[in-house]
Amino acid sequence: MLFTSYEFIGFVILLVALYYVLPKKAKWPLLLLGSYVFYFFAGWKFLFYILAVTIITYVAGILISKNKKAADARFAEMKALDKNGSGNPEEVGKDARKRYKEAQKAKRRHIMAWGITIALLILAVVKYTNFTIYNINGILSAFHAPKRINFLTIALPMGISFYTFQAVGYVIDVYRDRHEAQTNFFKYALFVSFFPQLVQGPISRYGDLSTELFTPHTFNGRVVERGLQRVIWGYFKKLVIADRILPAVNTMIDTPENYKGAFVFMVMMFYALELYADFTGGIDITIGIAEMLGIPVKENFERPFFSKNIAEYWRRWHITMGTWFTDYIFYPISVSGPMLKLSKWSRAHLGEKVGKRVPVYLASFVVWFTTGIWHGASWNFIVWGLGNFVVIMISQELEPLYRAFHKKVNTDDSKIYTVFQIIRTILLMSALRLFDCYRDVPLTFKMFGTMFTTWNWGTLGNGALLGLGIGKADYVILGIGTLMLIGVSMLSHSGSLRDKMEKKLPFAARWAVFTILLLVIVVFGAYGQGYDAAQFIYNQF
Amino acid sequence: MDELIAILKEIHPDVDYMTATNLVDGKILDSFDIISLVSEIADKFDVVVSAEHMIPENFNSAQALWNLIQKLEDEE
Repeated sequence: MLFTSYEFIGFVILLVALYYVLPKKAKWPLLLLGSYVFYFFAGWKFLFYILAVTIITYVAGILISKNKKAADARFAEMKALDKNGSGNPEEVGKDARKRYKEAQKAKRRHIMAWGITIALLILAVVKYTNFTIYNINGILSAFHAPKRINFLTIALPMGISFYTFQAVGYVIDVYRDRHEAQTNFFKYALFVSFFPQLVQGPISRYGDLSTELFTPHTFNGRVVERGLQRVIWGYFKKLVIADRILPAVNTMIDTPENYKGAFVFMVMMFYALELYADFTGGIDITIGIAEMLGIPVKENFERPFFSKNIAEYWRRWHITMGTWFTDYIFYPISVSGPMLKLSKWSRAHLGEKVGKRVPVYLASFVVWFTTGIWHGASWNFIVWGLGNFVVIMISQELEPLYRAFHKKVNTDDSKIYTVFQIIRTILLMSALRLFDCYRDVPLTFKMFGTMFTTWNWGTLGNGALLGLGIGKADYVILGIGTLMLIGVSMLSHSGSLRDKMEKKLPFAARWAVFTILLLVIVVFGAYGQGYDAAQFIYNQF
Repeated sequence: MDELIAILKEIHPDVDYMTATNLVDGKILDSFDIISLVSEIADKFDVVVSAEHMIPENFNSAQALWNLIQKLEDEE
């Protein structure tokens, strides 16, 4: 059931209506039922995976929470016995209590490790088995071995990377005592499977989502209206922009030998627009549907194409994934015992300046490698991730140079310099995204190189752009659509545009705007009979 | 506290750490800065700031960070 299908729209209308009609007690169970029905339509076999991840992480959470409660109670008891002098100091004294606390924490750490390892193993098996086989076959081939391993037929369950990360984050947060474990299995199952965010995130934290998810919301016209507006805007991005530009991108990347030089630049620009409209459109639909149900979901974007450097871009693009990697991979690695020892050693042997960087750079390398492979089981994504790492590290190293430059040249209020920084970031990110487009890494490098060796910019103006599978009318619609995207982004600079519209425009005027937008989608959206609606790009991750 | 302020000043000399209360939320300290900070704190105060303490509330102000160090010292 695609987000862009009529079935999905019907499903959401029915679910929202039922949600507000049913008695309070039945509201969250309805969401759970709806989520599993939605997932069932993606493929009934996939239910096994989501159930397995749910059960494993649920049990891990419960065991950690139980141990913590029992350990806290025993610790308090030991302290009391020590205080009133009725206990043996060797058993209840300060040292004994510290040992006890550490031993119990180690137990909880083991439970957490087991829980997340099994959950991640399921993800690894379905997502990376064939990639592993591919690499083993490559090694066998390099050594001229006669045998090859056959690839396995494993379908990638929808959204598995998203719900697995969400569930793993939950277990770590229970271990870190950020919140207690959810004892009701069905409530926990809803947290893992909440249907709007199953397709492409955001990756929610239990502490952020749980309260509102289980609260029985009563009908509020304003809340439903705002959610619906966001959904309409999301469909506009997806159907009018992303899916309309898709054929042009596909034409250029499917037959790269015909589209070199200036066309590679067009791939960079078109794909940037497609991915942005596709991913942010999908997230708008997700957040809008949740909002219609009265459930706030974390924002995943903060106008990323206005970023002045790549590090900032990654703080504003796919925010929930970025913070997930920071909290659960970057920090734990950077401040782990071995890393601190390595930092100490390198500061002593390599100097203060280099030594300080070692933990940060090593942890960043792991994060970007993981980010790459999380996006897809291929070298393209790994190189893409490491490309981001290299650019961020270079800009980090060049920081003193930038500071010296800015001391000499005051750019604080320079709009031109800001525009330069924004364009530079867009170009860098778009160039890196070429790894997402072409079939392998060498081809990507080769195609990138043709931008400087094949000088065919003139052909773009000679009607070549009309031979990419989209016509003049499409370009006009895309042009207007892109201007609307930029306009809305700029108007949202000082806060949500919907908030501003709500304050300044009466109900009828607001709805006139959204009705026109809806009509634009109906008239200009890329959908309907004979049209192969594209799956959301991030769904495959 | 003075020692902590000195460490913070090394990272961002231009920030007034006595009044700033949004070091993380205001994006003054990024994750790289926080790791440098944790490493320096481990050296100077002999306490281990682990990943579970890495939440914005503990790093948003010098005072919050100082409170965390005190808490960790008490636990040692």
